Amino acid sequence: MEELFRISYPVAAADYTSAGKASTDIKRRLKQLGVSGDVLRRVAVASYEVELNLVIHSLGGELTLTVFPDAAQLVSADVGPGIPDLEMAMREGYSTANDEARSLGFGAGMGLPNMKRNADEFSITSEKGVGTTITMLFRLQ
Amino acid sequence: MTIADMVNILNAKVLRGADKLDTPVYTACCSDLMSDVLAFVDEKTVLITGLTNPHVVRTSEMLDLKCLVFVRGKIPTEDILDNADEQGLVVITSKLTAFSACGLLYDAGLRGVPVPTAWDAEE
Repeated sequence: MEELFRISYPVAAADYTSAGKASTDIKRRLKQLGVSGDVLRRVAVASYEVELNLVIHSLGGELTLTVFPDAAQLVSADVGPGIPDLEMAMREGYSTANDEARSLGFGAGMGLPNMKRNADEFSITSEKGVGTTITMLFRLQ
Repeated sequence: MTIADMVNILNAKVLRGADKLDTPVYTACCSDLMSDVLAFVDEKTVLITGLTNPHVVRTSEMLDLKCLVFVRGKIPTEDILDNADEQGLVVITSKLTAFSACGLLYDAGLRGVPVPTAWDAEE
């Protein structure tokens, strides 16, 4: 598939102040490309959730947006620590977030299920000690 | 109901977006848990919250919300308010508690967002 556009954002661990800035930019860029309405909102929500997950849970990582003629893809790749129990992590209400994340209104265990709900295609791979990669595809037409 | 009606009902102060008070309001959600808000809310909804950190505005931005209501007289910092203004959000604050604010709005006809629960699968 022909790539129209690609941009990557480094996301630092525990940087709660900046969390969401990449997603703000992703939403703005997609809007400029003519994406709107429900699909724009779904990409924005999933992007914000995955960016928050990088800040809250990872040792740092990167969020990449790739735009194709008929789809947008978000890939979150981190450098660890990896998710020990993926099945539990995908369950609504299960969370290992710390008090700081919770004090900001997050860590309710809704992030991964919410990404899956918003994306048209969702996949996650994780290896303890190596890292986690989440790939989400959103159809634009 | 419009945002102007909400301002009257809650005896609220308008902090930003005074030119957009005629915006219609369809449903409301009251939560301090942005995780839940992100999971269940759509753009036609008003968010009522006691949380005043920057992520309340960022969450609203991702969801294309139109109005934020802070309760117990809470007012976020100027930079957070300015950010809300840039997003085109109307921001109001009421001295009422979340419970009382919701009660009055419900009484005036505003209803909640239908939210799926874990029970739905069992029933």
